Amino acid sequence: MRRFLRSGHDPARERLKRDLFQFNKTVEHGFPHQPSALGYSPALRILAIGTRSGAVKLYGAPGVEFMGLHRENNAVVQIHFLPGQCQLVTLLDDNSLHLWSLKAKGGVSELQEDESFTLRGPPGAAPSATQITVVLPHSSSKTLYLGTESGSVFAVQVPGFRPLEDRTISSDAVLQRLPEEARQRRVFEMVEALQEHPRDPNQVLIGYSRGLIVIWDLRGSRVLCHFLCSQQLDSVCWQRDGRLIVSCHSDGSYCQWPVNPDTQQGEPLRSCVPYGPFPCKAITKIFWLTTKQGLPFTIFQGGMPRASYGDRHCISVVHDGQQTAFDFTSRVIDFTVLREADPAAAFDDPSALVVLAEEELVVLDLRTAGWPPVQPPYLASLHCSAITCSHHVSNIPLKLWERIIAAGSWQNTHFSAMEWPVDGGTSLAPTPPQRDLLLTGHEDGTVRFWDASGVCLRLLYKLSTVPVFLTDSDPGEHLHAQGEDEWPPLRKVGSFDPYSDDPRLGIQKIFLCKYSGYLAVAGTAGQVLVLELNDEEAEHAVEQAEADLLQDQEGYRWKGHERLCARPGPVRFEPGFQPFVLVQCQPPAVVTSLALHSEWRLVAFGTSHGFGLFDHQQRRQVFVKCTLHPSDQLALEGPLSRVKSLKKSLRQSFRRMRRSRVSKRRPAGSPGEVPGRSGRAERTGLQNMELAPVQRKIEARTAEDSFTGFVRTLYFADTYLRDSSRHCPSLWAGTNGGTVYAFALHVPPAERRTDEPVRAEQVKEIQLMHRAPVVGILVLDGHSVPLPEPLEVAHDLSKSPDMQGSHQLLVVSEEQFKVFTLPKVSARLKLKLTALEGSRVRRVSVAHFGSCRAEDYGEHHLAVLTNLGDIQVVSLPLLRPQVRYSCIRREDVSGIASCVFTKHGQGFYLISPSEFERFSLSTKWLVEPRCLVDSAETKHHNRPRNGSGPEKALGRARNSGSQSDGEEKRPDPVMAHALLSDERVLKEIQSTLEGDRGSYGDWRSQQVAMRYGLSKGEAK
Amino acid sequence: MNRSFHKSQTLRFYDCSAVEVKSKFGAEFRRFSLDRQKPGKFEDFYQLVVHTHHIANTEVTIGYADVHGDLLPINNDDNFCKAVSSANPLLRVFIQKREEAEHGGGLATGSLSRRKKALALREEGPRRRAHLHIGLPHDFRPVSSIIDVDILPETHRRVRLYRHGCQKPLGFYIRDGVSVRVAPQGLEKVPGIFISRMVPGGLAESTGLLAVDDEVLEVNGIEVAGKTLDQVTDMMIANSHNLIVTVKPANQRNNVLRGGRAASGSSGRSSDSAASSRHSLQAPAPPGLPAAAADDMESDEEPDVVLEGDLEPRAAPRLPPPGGGGGGGLTRLNGSGPASGLHGGGAQSRESSLHSLHRLISSLRSDPRHSLALPPGGVEEHGPAVTL
Repeated sequence: MRRFLRSGHDPARERLKRDLFQFNKTVEHGFPHQPSALGYSPALRILAIGTRSGAVKLYGAPGVEFMGLHRENNAVVQIHFLPGQCQLVTLLDDNSLHLWSLKAKGGVSELQEDESFTLRGPPGAAPSATQITVVLPHSSSKTLYLGTESGSVFAVQVPGFRPLEDRTISSDAVLQRLPEEARQRRVFEMVEALQEHPRDPNQVLIGYSRGLIVIWDLRGSRVLCHFLCSQQLDSVCWQRDGRLIVSCHSDGSYCQWPVNPDTQQGEPLRSCVPYGPFPCKAITKIFWLTTKQGLPFTIFQGGMPRASYGDRHCISVVHDGQQTAFDFTSRVIDFTVLREADPAAAFDDPSALVVLAEEELVVLDLRTAGWPPVQPPYLASLHCSAITCSHHVSNIPLKLWERIIAAGSWQNTHFSAMEWPVDGGTSLAPTPPQRDLLLTGHEDGTVRFWDASGVCLRLLYKLSTVPVFLTDSDPGEHLHAQGEDEWPPLRKVGSFDPYSDDPRLGIQKIFLCKYSGYLAVAGTAGQVLVLELNDEEAEHAVEQAEADLLQDQEGYRWKGHERLCARPGPVRFEPGFQPFVLVQCQPPAVVTSLALHSEWRLVAFGTSHGFGLFDHQQRRQVFVKCTLHPSDQLALEGPLSRVKSLKKSLRQSFRRMRRSRVSKRRPAGSPGEVPGRSGRAERTGLQNMELAPVQRKIEARTAEDSFTGFVRTLYFADTYLRDSSRHCPSLWAGTNGGTVYAFALHVPPAERRTDEPVRAEQVKEIQLMHRAPVVGILVLDGHSVPLPEPLEVAHDLSKSPDMQGSHQLLVVSEEQFKVFTLPKVSARLKLKLTALEGSRVRRVSVAHFGSCRAEDYGEHHLAVLTNLGDIQVVSLPLLRPQVRYSCIRREDVSGIASCVFTKHGQGFYLISPSEFERFSLSTKWLVEPRCLVDSAETKHHNRPRNGSGPEKALGRARNSGSQSDGEEKRPDPVMAHALLSDERVLKEIQSTLEGDRGSYGDWRSQQVAMRYGLSKGEAK
Repeated sequence: MNRSFHKSQTLRFYDCSAVEVKSKFGAEFRRFSLDRQKPGKFEDFYQLVVHTHHIANTEVTIGYADVHGDLLPINNDDNFCKAVSSANPLLRVFIQKREEAEHGGGLATGSLSRRKKALALREEGPRRRAHLHIGLPHDFRPVSSIIDVDILPETHRRVRLYRHGCQKPLGFYIRDGVSVRVAPQGLEKVPGIFISRMVPGGLAESTGLLAVDDEVLEVNGIEVAGKTLDQVTDMMIANSHNLIVTVKPANQRNNVLRGGRAASGSSGRSSDSAASSRHSLQAPAPPGLPAAAADDMESDEEPDVVLEGDLEPRAAPRLPPPGGGGGGGLTRLNGSGPASGLHGGGAQSRESSLHSLHRLISSLRSDPRHSLALPPGGVEEHGPAVTL
């Protein structure tokens, strides 16, 4: 505590800290966890996704993203954009409606909730009377029609959510106005479908679940037509010209009904069960879309034969004799079809099918033959296979970047060439200042390369390590091949595949050298692969070596999994990163640390048994070191011992549960002892605590503890290890038991590198007395600046380190930070974290913090994440705590474990299996969405196009005088003008952006300075 | 029992202006008196002391026990005056040969040993590390002590566990629980951390100073209120080399008493919350609390071991000085069982760490029930004082 107070005294430092540090959570990358609703605005060309936790996310053109969160943590059931408005209505599962709007503030749009509303029935009515099943935003944008479980349709005025009681369409009213022969009470029940006539806003279609469909005249309050289906109704689609209705049913059939108010139809025009004749599942949603060519598109969800394919999640597209059932790997939440937005157009001409599945978003190009998928620029499914580790590389050289993209383009040939069709809004965010890569390792043995420079996290390239190994089965490609004459015509789409062939393939550590293109990847079964970037396809054998980390330790038996079998002989590798060396650790325990030095051509790896160094130039092992304590048997049991402890903890929790059930019956305390709600909550909290008598052992760590030999960190440094006159390459390793080993390396000069062996010699061993796990090792040069990365100096991207002054060694354990002198290791400084606060270091990384006010000023500090989810900045080299922010909930263990820092004070952590939250500690480096959705423009130009068709224009006197007939007839110039002005605005914005913002940093500093000035001004 | 007796005794001393001095050199006592109002100069006092002890040829340092039982030096006029004026009622003076004082020999243990450096009873610089005596142990190694009795509320106890080179496990478990506090609006239940189990034969049990269901209030000077069980566990383990736990003992009968007030047996007083809040104000740096000296690299913990050069693990020159606290005490106390635990507890912290003892003596309380909690060794040594 005192440290914080003391360091806080200097006002100049405080000011500087404000210029350097600032905490923001900026973007959520990836696919929303547990999506529950989909909405699309054809006018704004913006997609909305609601989630089970009450979040609403809007996506437009790449970079245009908004996120809102309902105060209630209820699932979003439906999302509807108000036609032509920058407004949307959400329906939650607690039956409340919420109105959101995009409002421009300071040139940037913001999503905010305006109001909420819960439909109230007459007093005494059953709750189902007001349970909303369907929402229809009327094209007038003033009224919402709400279909309910009781069969009534209520009207509510928006904004304001004022119920319009006189416009309620009760089922009784409908019944009375039906012709005699159709008057059966049983045909009503809940409203399943509610649609406005595509051309006449005075007609709405109401579909009841028992099979009755009526077309209701809003002005005349009468039934224009009615259709009686024999099956339960699921959904209805109105053809674009309003002359045909297509209904779909729970038995897997759909029917077409011609709309003709004069002749009442008793039977459908056509009825069809697409996957009959055996019983089929319901078709839950259907689109009937017309094309210029004449043949319509029929797109429907479900309807698969119940017995054989009832468990598939399918959407079928039928057009012109072709039929494909797109088979999704996860449940389909909802789908929509992008089509001609102008209601005046005669045909739908669908362009793309947008499907929101439980785990991914799939967009299919309907204009290209074969309906190929379109690669989304965002909403990537990070978790197509579970993420096992991540690695961030900042500031990628352009050359490497282009090569990775080129390698990725080879893999993306199956994607459609179509432009991303959801392109509403304008992104105003400056172009990212540098190219950043985020590498994620996955359970299925793949490494994915993501473009993490900007707001959109885009997949660039996917590397699979699987071809190196012999696995049980080759991927079942033949399944697709034989689908030619198969019925139903299934086709797998999407990338989500949670099943891994072999858990041993899982990637655990990744290390990429951005200058040389060398990549090291290590996995669950002790495999370490060194890969090289190759632009050509190649076929070669992977050289194999074995590293026996136990060396001569006797009497151990590895009880864990076996090593993976490498594929013998040459293997064909596609362009990209191609493995050339495989080092197999023995025993094949999971690799816990990895370091690559591309200049010295060395790779170091560690497991729970020890660590080794491999020369990948000469393909030769340099040395191995066993770190295992002789008494540590647990380390050898391997991952299987987890099963035992799991069993034990299960048993314990069952016992606790039983005990808690018993004691719950006991009356809790005398009532009225603690008044108020908080008292009650507290009491229940306390009671829970009593019921869970968890106890913790207080014991100092000893050398005999389990897993002390676990190698936590490896580090290469060129420093003064032996004496203060000569520096040499060195390898440092830190273990779970608080031991640091230092090896001096002799790396032969370049001309003799291939002949002379690399030699290593242990020079130092430091045992930290507190024995806490060592999580980071770092050497600071004579100016107390961290040593640069290998090849960084060679590429002129860093000043060469100061070799005059004395170097210092920083050892970060879970409990303390400690600075030692070099070469004689004597303690100089330390900062205790656990002893004073009870928090432990989980992740530590050096970051460069630039000042937002002075372009060239920056400091190197440590970014630290603790087990409590706090993020702290600790200064170098004096180890003074600078700032502290709480970032992740302390219960969110996987979030804390997944955190990765960048070199410039940003970071990522998983907020769900499929989403990375990006945060920033820096004032200067801040990647966040800044975008504009122009409501004014849409109001002026899109609304009339969108809201009303020609029939409306003819049938009703238009009260908006500004839009004359002439304009209506010649929409093109107007639109051209709109586009033009839009473009001009855009250009203006861009030029201003480029003009006075010479660089990104500059721009940020201006922003901050402005904000700063403003706040100061207010203070005055 | 004979409380009325001490009171009259105490009163007897208050009404005279002379200060009784009891001067001790080795095992010898000398008694004389000084004028409370005009104590005179330090030089004269020094001569007087040297003279009365017949050690005129030896260089000595003089110290006295202050009201808190801490050993403070007398080496100039100011602290001499302070010593005399604060004598209550007896001024207890300790004389040491200068060489002995430098080796940190006989006198200093417990919390005093920490302050020794700052206060420098000895006048020379830091102790030379090479000066390691090998031979018969001068002293026993402390395993635990009660510290800061003077600044804590009587219902609380601050226990220090020494683990230097000790093979014994710390040996206790903690759990979540509910604590009752006195709040302005009445009794209030708050979550707290409690000792849940003692490992038989462990360090914690052998000291007899901690017990099951004692509430943990602080760990090395940091309050645990608002911290989770895991956090407190981590804090304790991180401090395990020198763990100082402040507890509110479940059994309040054995509290250390002071100021002539006897703690009424069963429960904490109503002043509890007030007292603890007073205390928490001092929490960041309570005097004499080692956590306050956390910046001090060398003193509070053993340094890390660095092995240089060859791979053979040989004892490095920078191995920690053994038994840091006791000053050259190499012997391990391998007492086992509760009886020897009590005994050992007394032996290792022979006198000054048990400030309570001084206080007991100075207030002339000889309640046998309380002295039972005292180590027998301590009572023995101060036998004459008790019979005074």
